[in-house]
Amino acid sequence: MITRQRLAAGVCALLAALAAGIAVPAPAVAGETDGEAAPKVELVLDVSGSMRTRDIDGGSRMAAAKQAFNEVLDATPKEVELGIRTLGATYRGNDRQEGCKDTQRLYPVGPLDRTEAKTAVATLTPTGWTPIGPALLKAADDLGGGSGTRRIVLISDGEDTCQPLDPCEVAREIAAKGIGLTIDTLGLVPDAKTRDQLSCIADATGGTYTSVRHKDELSDRVGQLVDRTADPVVTPVATEGAGTCAQAPVLKSGLYTDRVAFGQQRWYRVDVRPGQELRASASVAADRAVNPGYGLLLRAVTLHGREIVRGEAAGTGRTDAVSTGLRYPKPERDGDDENDGDDAQAATETVCLQVTHSFSAAPGVKTTPGLPLELTVDVVSGPDPAHDVAAFGLGRGWWLLGVLVVAGFLAGVLWGWLSRWRIAVWRTN
Amino acid sequence: MRIAHILGAAALALGLAAGPAAADSPSPSPSQSGSAPTLAGTSFRTATEIEQGQRATASGATGDYMYWSFPADAGQRPTVHATVRLPRSHAAQTWQIDVYDGLRRRQACQYGAQTRTAAAGAASVDLACVLRTVRAWSEPWANDPLPGTYYIRLTAVGLTDADLGLPVDAEVRVDAKDIGGAAAVDGSLARPLVPGIAASSRTDGTDEKDASASSAVLSAVEPDGGWSSGWWSDRWVWTAVGGVLAALAGVGGYALTRGSGRPSRVPPGA
Repeated sequence: MITRQRLAAGVCALLAALAAGIAVPAPAVAGETDGEAAPKVELVLDVSGSMRTRDIDGGSRMAAAKQAFNEVLDATPKEVELGIRTLGATYRGNDRQEGCKDTQRLYPVGPLDRTEAKTAVATLTPTGWTPIGPALLKAADDLGGGSGTRRIVLISDGEDTCQPLDPCEVAREIAAKGIGLTIDTLGLVPDAKTRDQLSCIADATGGTYTSVRHKDELSDRVGQLVDRTADPVVTPVATEGAGTCAQAPVLKSGLYTDRVAFGQQRWYRVDVRPGQELRASASVAADRAVNPGYGLLLRAVTLHGREIVRGEAAGTGRTDAVSTGLRYPKPERDGDDENDGDDAQAATETVCLQVTHSFSAAPGVKTTPGLPLELTVDVVSGPDPAHDVAAFGLGRGWWLLGVLVVAGFLAGVLWGWLSRWRIAVWRTN
Repeated sequence: MRIAHILGAAALALGLAAGPAAADSPSPSPSQSGSAPTLAGTSFRTATEIEQGQRATASGATGDYMYWSFPADAGQRPTVHATVRLPRSHAAQTWQIDVYDGLRRRQACQYGAQTRTAAAGAASVDLACVLRTVRAWSEPWANDPLPGTYYIRLTAVGLTDADLGLPVDAEVRVDAKDIGGAAAVDGSLARPLVPGIAASSRTDGTDEKDASASSAVLSAVEPDGGWSSGWWSDRWVWTAVGGVLAALAGVGGYALTRGSGRPSRVPPGA
């Protein structure tokens, strides 16, 4: 009796210990730290004649822009290097050639001197043309090199008056040239044409378009965009995929960017050792008007052309990007105990990654350069594969308890009968 | 009597086991960190990290693609809620939330209004997406949700050109229901499906200086109390209790065949 009680107590203690379940915390992920390169932002302000129009909260568009700039300059984070460029600020004439060159650097990109910058903004008077395209090209030059985030904030109230240079295509080319440069656009009381053009510029670089009708909207939004520049983000590494796996660049863990033209396929290679897992994801952004109905295929293929695993995505309607991913855990080799250098080298598998997309450009949209592709590659240690559907083959639920009880009972009865029979046999002998 | 006592003890143990699980189920309480994010990202790369139970807000413009990311661990069934406050006057707009996993694979919603059209002039639109239960492991060819980072993309998928760029306010919140042992599977990932974890763990391995010098990481989300190791589930308790009950039933069955006490044939005092 006492023994049984002790046993029961022991079982209870064991169960309680199991129930407490001490989970082993996973190692912490490295925290965010500030980058080595300062984030840069350039505000590009339209100072064309139409900015005189008094339709923003009773004041002129220019007054609203000036007030917004003052507020933004006060709130700019310390680490952000800010510059200001104007377009259409000086040339009053009617010569289009001259008017379309009219873009000045009002305040150079660099550590911000608030007073100086504010004084410069105060001198502006609405004057000339609206050369958006040339201004964007110059602004991209102003932002120059560096590995930090780069952003252009374009504030305009009218469409570009300097055709045939389409600012939308200019933006796309800037995006194709530089890495991590985003153009956000703000339209001041825009008409339909202005809106289309500004939203096209924003889409081309993965930026945002905002239509502004009130003073506070303008300063809030510009402030938000400048703040966003200060957020540390990973800068992707430019790479160029090849047409075949044999010529493909070898990628290590990291974030990459490339361009994929319509109807083109891109190949990359990744080395995976036994016991490691390859994780890759690809996003192709729609940076121009595309037809509804699109897809993306990411395949992991062996050097001999056998497909290991694929990631597929398809969609329809308005989108910024379509993305998919795959994982490929390479199993440990049997009896792979010794860490022989040559052996490990031989066991390393080269996995080819193929990216194809099925976007199609809308009618009348240029198909060059290709669409921006973002590729993340992570090679991590491999997973523990499952041996059973349930966790450790354990059961759960009332059916399990019922089955165990019935089985236990039957076993007890059988054992009892057996021992009775044995005793009976022993007695009779 | 004895059996009832032991059963009671076992039930107590079961109760203890259910305790922590029950405490988890209404998802982690709203985070203590007072400042909820007020910005949304514009791409996977710049997605704003939020915690489960946190109410994140963002102001943006119609046509923006707003991104947030949150951690989800094995055994959880996350639910994403989003509310968009629309401008005063607008035409009919269709809004949608899409959820992507750490591999940027789109994850299906089991139910919930993932896409909803707001009638012209409507003040706001509410969206919800209930994901599938996150598994500790799945085959590489499957699209099952795995522990790691999840991305929310909120955007207007259908809108007239005239509505483009108008100011909107969005609010998202992620809650998770703990499904517990019913969803416990064998196997586990060595690392959660967090993008860039290979790079961030490499800096972890080296000295502190390296880690602090490294720039931003793609994703640094982590659930309260870290990622679960995945070995614990209430299946241990069920199976153990089952074993105990089986043993008791065995003892009972054995006792039944022995009758009560001494055999009747044996005279008392023998």
